[in-house]
Amino acid sequence: MLKKTPFYEKHIEMGGRMVEFAGFCMPIQYKGVVKEVLSVRECFGLFDVSHMGEIKLAGKDAENFVSYITINNPKALEEFQVQYSAMCYKDGGIVDDLLVYKFPDHFLLVVNAANTEKDYEWIVENAKCKMQNVKWDVVVENISEKIAQLAIQGPKAEEVLKPMFDIDISRVAYYHSAMAKFSGIDVLLSRTGYTGEDGFELYFDAKHALNVWDALFKEVPELESCGLAARDILRFEARYCLYGNDIDGTTNPIEAGLSWITKLDKETFIGKEAILKAKENIKRRLTSFVMERGIPRKGYEIYKDSNRVGTVTSGGYSPTLKKGIGLGYIDVPHHKSGGTVDIVIKDRLEPATIIKGAFYKRGRGE
Amino acid sequence: MAEVRDELKYTESDEWVRIEGDIAVIGITDYAQEQLSDIVAVECKEVGDRVKKGESVATVEAVKAASDIYAPLSGEIIETNENAVSSPELLNQSPYNEGWILKLRIENKNELSSLMDAEGYKKKHES
Repeated sequence: MLKKTPFYEKHIEMGGRMVEFAGFCMPIQYKGVVKEVLSVRECFGLFDVSHMGEIKLAGKDAENFVSYITINNPKALEEFQVQYSAMCYKDGGIVDDLLVYKFPDHFLLVVNAANTEKDYEWIVENAKCKMQNVKWDVVVENISEKIAQLAIQGPKAEEVLKPMFDIDISRVAYYHSAMAKFSGIDVLLSRTGYTGEDGFELYFDAKHALNVWDALFKEVPELESCGLAARDILRFEARYCLYGNDIDGTTNPIEAGLSWITKLDKETFIGKEAILKAKENIKRRLTSFVMERGIPRKGYEIYKDSNRVGTVTSGGYSPTLKKGIGLGYIDVPHHKSGGTVDIVIKDRLEPATIIKGAFYKRGRGE
Repeated sequence: MAEVRDELKYTESDEWVRIEGDIAVIGITDYAQEQLSDIVAVECKEVGDRVKKGESVATVEAVKAASDIYAPLSGEIIETNENAVSSPELLNQSPYNEGWILKLRIENKNELSSLMDAEGYKKKHES
C-alpha cells in the first residue's frame, strides 16, 4: 500500500502526474519538467517534500550521540543552525546523507524518504550500544508521519514569503532555522533546500497541512508546483548527491567528494577508521562531466582510451546549461577536471569533458 | 486528456502510424509526448536501413529519460524528419503533424492488422 503525503489530493487537483517514489505516491511533474526547473531558477517553485523522514533525538547524550553516528561535527552548531552530514557504516559505506538541526533540547535528523526505516533502525541499534561501558542517555523517535514539509525554492522565494510570517525571514541566514507563525500556524522555517537556489523549507504539524497549502496559494496564486523530476534535475545541476544514485552503502564519503563534511579530526565516529584508511588510497572519484553531443544516463559505461574507467550514477539533460550532464565514479587519475572520457551511448562512444564541481552555481548560470 | 486521432493506427508502445499507400509515416502519440515531457533530442536510423517490426528505429531523449521508438511495421526507411531532429520540441508541440519522425516503405501489408485503431488505443489508456 503506497503512502500518501497530506497534500495528495492537492496534487491530483492540480494535475500532478503521480508515481511511486520511496513507498509514497508522489507527483513526478505538473506542467512540464523544463518549465518547473526554470521557474525555480528564475523565480520560485513549490515542492511537497513531506515524504522526507524526521528522526528526533533527545536526552542528555543527544549531542555526543549525534556526533558519534554522523561524520560532520554537530558540536560546531549553534541552536537552530543546520548542518549537512551523513551517517556511515563501520566500513565507511554511507547509510544515508541528511540534515542535522540543533534545537535547545533536542536534535532533529532529516533523512531520505527511502531510508527512513533503515536509518531509524540503525540509530536505535547504535543507541543501545554502550560507549565505554556507559549506556547512551538518548531517546530516539521517528516523527516522520506527524510532520508535513514544503519547500519554496528560488531567487524570489524570500520576497514572496516575507509578508506571510510573523518574523523577518530575511534575517534567517543560509543553513539556519527559526520557529515562526505562518498564517497563524506554528512552523519551523529553515533556509535550506535541494535545488542550488536560495529558498526555504517549512516543517509543520501534518494536521495543519492543507491550511498551510491554501494560505500559500491564496497569497501567491502564481506559485508553480514542481514535481520530483524537476527536483532531481535541480539538485543534479547543483551537484548535490542523490542517495541510491551517487552515494550508497558501497561508496565512501571521500570518493563521493564529501570530504568537506567528513571531520576526521573528531575523536570518534562510526566509520572513522575505515574512512581514514580509504583516504590513503582513493581509487575513484565522483566526477562531473558535460557533453556536447548525447545525453548520459544512469548506468552508462565510461571509457578512457578503450579501457573501462567508470559508470554514470546520475545523468540527464540540463535545461539550464542546455546540454547533457553526468556524474559518475571515474578511476583515478582519469577523473581530473579538464580531461576527457568517453561515454557509451548505444554502442557508440561520445566524448565528455570533465569539469570541477557543480554544473550550476547560483547567480552564475544562465 | 491526450488527443487520439481517428485516422491513425497505433501501437502498444505509443507510436502512431499514418498509412499513405505503400508508405507508413511514424511518430509518437500525444500521450507519449506528455509522458516523456520536454523532448530534447531525436535520433533516427539512416535512410535506406531496413527494419523489422518491433525493432528500434529511433531514440527520443527527454530531460529525464531516453525512450526507444519501435518500428510498427517492417520496411525500409525512406525519409527521416530533419526538422524534428534539429527542433525536437516539435514532438511535444505537434506530435501528429510537424513532429513526425520517419517514413517507411511498407514491406508486408499483413502486419497492418496487428495495429490498434483509435478506439482500441483510447481504451488502452482509459484503463
